[in-house]
Amino acid sequence: MSPSSSLHLAVALDGTGWHPASWREPAARPRELFTAGYWADLVAEAERGLLDFVTIEDGLGPQSSHFLDPDERTDQVRGRLDAVLIASRIAPLTRHIGLVPTVVATHTEPFHISKAIATLDYVSTGRAGLRVQITARPNEAAHFGRRTISPIEAYDSPEAQELVTDLFDEAADHVEAVRRLWDSWEDDAEIRHAATGRFIDRDKLHYIDFEGQHFSVKGPSITPRPPQGQPLVTALGHQTVPYRLIARQADVGYVTPHDVDQARAIVAEIRAEQETAGRADALLHVFGDLVVFLDDDPAAAAARRDRLDALAGEPYTSDARVFTGSPTQLADLLGEFQVAGITGFRLRPAVLGHDLPAITRGLVPELQRRGAFRTAYEADTLRGLLGLARPANRYAAV
Amino acid sequence: MSSKPLKQIHLAAHFPGVNNTTVWSAPEAGSHIEFSSFAHFARTAERAKFDFLFLAEGLRLREQGGKIYDLDVVGRPDTFTILAALAAVTEHLGLTGTINSTFNEPYEVARQFASLDHLSGGRSAWNVVTSWDAFTGENFRRGGFLPQAERYSRAKEFLATTQELFDSWHGDEILADQASGVFLRDAKAGSFVHTGQHFDIHGQFNVPRSPQGRPVIFQAGDSEEGREFAASSADAIFSRYATLTEGQAFYTDVKNRLARYGRRHDQLLILPAASFALADTDAEAEELARIVRRQQVSGATALKHLEFVWNRDLSSYDPEGPLPDIDPDVSDDHISKGRAQVRMYRDPLATAREWRELAAANNWSIRDLVIHTGNRQNFIGSPETIARTINEFVQADASDGFILVPHITPTGLDAFADKVVPLLQEQGVFRTDYEGPTLRHHLGLAHPDDVQDEQRVAS
Repeated sequence: MSPSSSLHLAVALDGTGWHPASWREPAARPRELFTAGYWADLVAEAERGLLDFVTIEDGLGPQSSHFLDPDERTDQVRGRLDAVLIASRIAPLTRHIGLVPTVVATHTEPFHISKAIATLDYVSTGRAGLRVQITARPNEAAHFGRRTISPIEAYDSPEAQELVTDLFDEAADHVEAVRRLWDSWEDDAEIRHAATGRFIDRDKLHYIDFEGQHFSVKGPSITPRPPQGQPLVTALGHQTVPYRLIARQADVGYVTPHDVDQARAIVAEIRAEQETAGRADALLHVFGDLVVFLDDDPAAAAARRDRLDALAGEPYTSDARVFTGSPTQLADLLGEFQVAGITGFRLRPAVLGHDLPAITRGLVPELQRRGAFRTAYEADTLRGLLGLARPANRYAAV
Repeated sequence: MSSKPLKQIHLAAHFPGVNNTTVWSAPEAGSHIEFSSFAHFARTAERAKFDFLFLAEGLRLREQGGKIYDLDVVGRPDTFTILAALAAVTEHLGLTGTINSTFNEPYEVARQFASLDHLSGGRSAWNVVTSWDAFTGENFRRGGFLPQAERYSRAKEFLATTQELFDSWHGDEILADQASGVFLRDAKAGSFVHTGQHFDIHGQFNVPRSPQGRPVIFQAGDSEEGREFAASSADAIFSRYATLTEGQAFYTDVKNRLARYGRRHDQLLILPAASFALADTDAEAEELARIVRRQQVSGATALKHLEFVWNRDLSSYDPEGPLPDIDPDVSDDHISKGRAQVRMYRDPLATAREWRELAAANNWSIRDLVIHTGNRQNFIGSPETIARTINEFVQADASDGFILVPHITPTGLDAFADKVVPLLQEQGVFRTDYEGPTLRHHLGLAHPDDVQDEQRVAS
């Protein structure tokens, strides 16, 4: 099932922005990257624009311009704070916007991740989600020392595909365990029954007994069921294997079509996988990811991109389509993608200090004029903003 | 009287825990999981100029007789996540979290503490605990992998490894010079290699050095190994000895171990957990203390506590009746899982004999006995009495201060903040305002870089 309401907008926060030279722009604040105030200001700006949510990138090793190896570069932003903790630090300072930090499934404990996101949901009173990611980087595996991941020689080799498939299968198991733990307490498990001295009704707490190829988890969680019941689960995908994860486990999938035909094909593939997974009736958003250079004058946006490319010493490339232009042009493009079945967008600002305000103060009013975006927050929870109902507990007796 | 200068008292607030100290049945008892409760508690502690807030942790719900224990408060948040949120509603208060060294990995924990330290402007602390039980391990990837004998060796190596990660950045690497285009001075920033019995890891740590350099380190274990661990590696101890004589004995014992590691007495703070019953007069406080102890030990709770010693299902006994005639089951498989308390009774047969005699002599029911043999509140009295007693204990080296454990969530600290703290301030033994931004400032602990400089100069 695909959602029919108006368009949804998220912004992806990463360092000073998605262009590797973004930190050198006047609007960037590279020396403040490791302070709470920097992140608070970004999320406040996103909330001013009535965006559905922000995502926060993360990783279990230094950023790198190489896909799988560290690069030891000194001319780009390196180092970052834990994304879940940034989100939690910001939560009490905001009221409506969803907070979706990245969590890496490959080396982490589902038990810890589940209670961390449940707690983020409590702290934000129902605005938490997660973006699940895998890592195939050998250097990140060495930071944990628990398994060895061999370097991938050719990405399309059978060995590489086998590794990636295995990592995504593990991620699917991870999300399954996380979701079961969120449901491991029924909503009314806390009874405070003075006559019998019982604080909880233990029949409403459940062992999840998850058994997978990589781990097993007994449960229940130590954290009661979070306000949304199930916080938002999201994932980025570029090919069939991650599309399958999105179809099986996610509420929002991020995809990277470069044109409308690609968008239509990707949406069709995800919807088919969704049916195969037995989730045809579940509301699953498919968001298009776009890198944006946004200026009222399209020539200014292009000039800015050229200037940043010159500073970086090479033209910027991305897995996602890179848009350079005005809010009006971007609104046109989003409308075309929407017709192809894309239900929302995760915009990656090239320079956060510039392109985030351009989204909230330029694009958003343009979309509102077209009747394509909200003019006030209409719900108290992130699921509510996305038109997702609060789900029943899988363990509750019907 | 000696001319020894008055010690400054350190005070901290323990968020009420998932045990029967916390009274959930009282009308004023609020949520133990909503963020508003944590925010109220933290703001009260900060209003009172406390050093820090303290959070305990347990990674599996307790069970007794194979069933989830349902008589105490159950359920708590993720430690790191709640502390990061509390950093947003406080400005100075230290944020101490209990994090297990058995069911975590150093790279991840170091990232989380370094991030918390950045996001709080230098207010993070880590109470390092260790467990080994397969019961808790069932919630984690590796299961119950750690033999009990190795838990401290893993904890020590875990802590040492995280210190290596914290120290892998020196603090001057980020230049971020927009004109020259140099972001990092050093391409190898964060490089580390650790090869040991428990961890064999290498690579680059990805969180730059945080305001405190490293989080403040707490230790809570009481065993011989635990004490040595604290003397060698901790900045503070969360101890259980809050009475005058036991406190002094523990204080002397642990502080005397410091010299062996080249450390001074003031480099390790002893901070026992302490409960209190505060009322306008001493008599009213005694009455309050009695009422609270009965609230803490319902009939059902009394039977369950007796089961810790008897190690048998005693549900058929009447809590208002006499103690069981049968003896405890002394087999290894314990009826209670997931709590530290059970290990306190090392000779259950002797304890049972002693308790039967006590109950018979005083005509006590099971519930009376559990109330009387359980912990009395550490401090009972009027604001004047409690302030005087706390100060006497600290000046007599029974501790360097206390981690207060209120019995009501979230308002259990309010009266202490309003009535006791001003008296301590009047006596000149407790700060009237924060004197620095970081938890190390509050605790009088040097920044790790300065300690290293000092040790270099000394050698």
